[in-house]
Amino acid sequence: MSSAVTPRMLHRPDADWPGHRLVVREPLRLDCGVDFGPFTIAYQTYGRLNADKSNAILICHALTGDQYVADPHPITGHPGWWTTMAGPGLVLDTDRYFLICANVLGGCMGTTGPKDIDPATGKPYALSFPVITVRDMVRAQKRLIEHLGIDQLFCVIGGSMGGMQVLEWAASYPENVFAAVPVASAARHSAQNIAFHEVGRQAIMADPDWCDGEYLEAERRPARGLAVARMAAHITYLSEAALHRKFGRNLQDRNTVTWGFDADFQVESYLRHQGSTFVDRFDANSYLYITRAMDYFDLALEHGGSLPTAFAGASSRFCIISFTSDWLFPTSESRELVHALNAVAANVSFVEIATDKGHDAFLLHEPELFETLHGFLNGCAEHRGLPHA
Amino acid sequence: MSDAATVPLGYAAPETSTEARDRLRRDLRVIADMIEPAARVLDIGCGDGALLHYLASEKGVDARGVELSQHGVNACVTQGLSVIQGDADSDLDAYPAGAFDVVVLSQTLQATRQPRRVLETLMRIGKRAIVSFPNFGFWRIRLGLAFGGRMPMSPLLSHAWYDTPNIHLCTIRDFVALCDEIGVRIEKSVTLDRYGRPFALDPRGSLANLLAEQGVFVLTQRNGA
Repeated sequence: MSSAVTPRMLHRPDADWPGHRLVVREPLRLDCGVDFGPFTIAYQTYGRLNADKSNAILICHALTGDQYVADPHPITGHPGWWTTMAGPGLVLDTDRYFLICANVLGGCMGTTGPKDIDPATGKPYALSFPVITVRDMVRAQKRLIEHLGIDQLFCVIGGSMGGMQVLEWAASYPENVFAAVPVASAARHSAQNIAFHEVGRQAIMADPDWCDGEYLEAERRPARGLAVARMAAHITYLSEAALHRKFGRNLQDRNTVTWGFDADFQVESYLRHQGSTFVDRFDANSYLYITRAMDYFDLALEHGGSLPTAFAGASSRFCIISFTSDWLFPTSESRELVHALNAVAANVSFVEIATDKGHDAFLLHEPELFETLHGFLNGCAEHRGLPHA
Repeated sequence: MSDAATVPLGYAAPETSTEARDRLRRDLRVIADMIEPAARVLDIGCGDGALLHYLASEKGVDARGVELSQHGVNACVTQGLSVIQGDADSDLDAYPAGAFDVVVLSQTLQATRQPRRVLETLMRIGKRAIVSFPNFGFWRIRLGLAFGGRMPMSPLLSHAWYDTPNIHLCTIRDFVALCDEIGVRIEKSVTLDRYGRPFALDPRGSLANLLAEQGVFVLTQRNGA
């Protein structure tokens, strides 16, 4: 698999990574019952907060995302993950809005997670890190927003697990959210999605280098397991049509099959590449914890089994977006959300965008997505009284 | 309205006339004039959002919409309107009773799978409903079928029989009978001629059923509100 050198970059002291750090001293009461803290939140901002602090947009990242929305990733050097969306003159216009994105609790890009040192033991938390939920991630973000002195976020936006955080924000802190945009998301993780996550976790835990989670102490890395987890997950982010369009049955640098188990097909080579580069930038235990948080997410369950109850009193303006070829978070799940919001007569827009790019469409160049969001945010800005850029 | 020729007998012209209003389709103008400022309105089958946009910008209405076509929904949301992709048959049930002051269903009833159920739902979620539909009893349609011998087509019913979305066409008298049957009160009705000009005739009379190309009805629950 990948070289032994690069994964260590993830685990070296990260103090010189760009961006801001907030140390939260007062412990956070987590859903699992643990009072956790002090802990660090690593976050990035773009644009300028206006005088009355009314132009802030919180971007919530997905499972393997991070706070580097619009600038290069400090490990891979790749451009930010939402440069299609965030920047001067773009939909999330940094000339008009103040963008905030924080690495989630349990993550591995600067916010406290299982690879960090537990002050109580002087060793990495590993599996002694408390099990966290999407609501815990949002609780941590709330601390950050309070620290920044922002009373009401103009918008909370995110795709996939980011969308789960958006929904959690709108349900838990309705008065602090003017507009909520969950993209390619759902109010709960489906059985099928839990199943895929379990495959990924088992791959990690079956890797002898995982060392029962203590791989940092053992100076090893479960790179093979994590790569397989990534490969399996990556298939779910694409559609059959997109895979076919991209690769078909084309062979990789050869004219005929090799009668063996090399990556004969381009699609195999592509997946192996996805897996091997992922381990350079992601911590295996973080992957376990964050996938678990998604599995546990069930917004209705948090509110007595009723999804409309979760949004009772929701004053935010919602824009729900799904993609036709997304089979990981299909349109039916977004529609369920729409119906729940209708039941409490919330202000909601819902658009299903036709694309063959699958779940990953929210990260890609989708002009219709941009137009829809641009129109929605403009309408909201008008209602909120935000001046044009 | 300044143009006297467009003010037909028996119909009171609205007091205000704006450019924005003039740009609306004729039947939508009639509907727009029936809606109070600042009302909570749901427009089902809102198309590209022309009515909603007018109501929101000119009348300060809290405007929401439901539209089947992705193209229409995107056009609406891009304008900043709150519109969901859905249809009258399956996406109205979640709304609570009395959620809206007015529910508008313009030129859509005849394309629903269960018009009776849709009408009942409108009466549940709206304090009032405004329903407009093409009148299949219109004399040109009757003549077309009687003498042409083919399924009638008109500017309002412009699809061939084999690809029309209009699967539940009715006459004005059919519609009135359905309202009676399910206990819906007709608070007001306006009939429009083939040029979209409104005229006032008793919707229960056979003349309206013959002369109107379309009808616009304001409905309330018989027992209340």
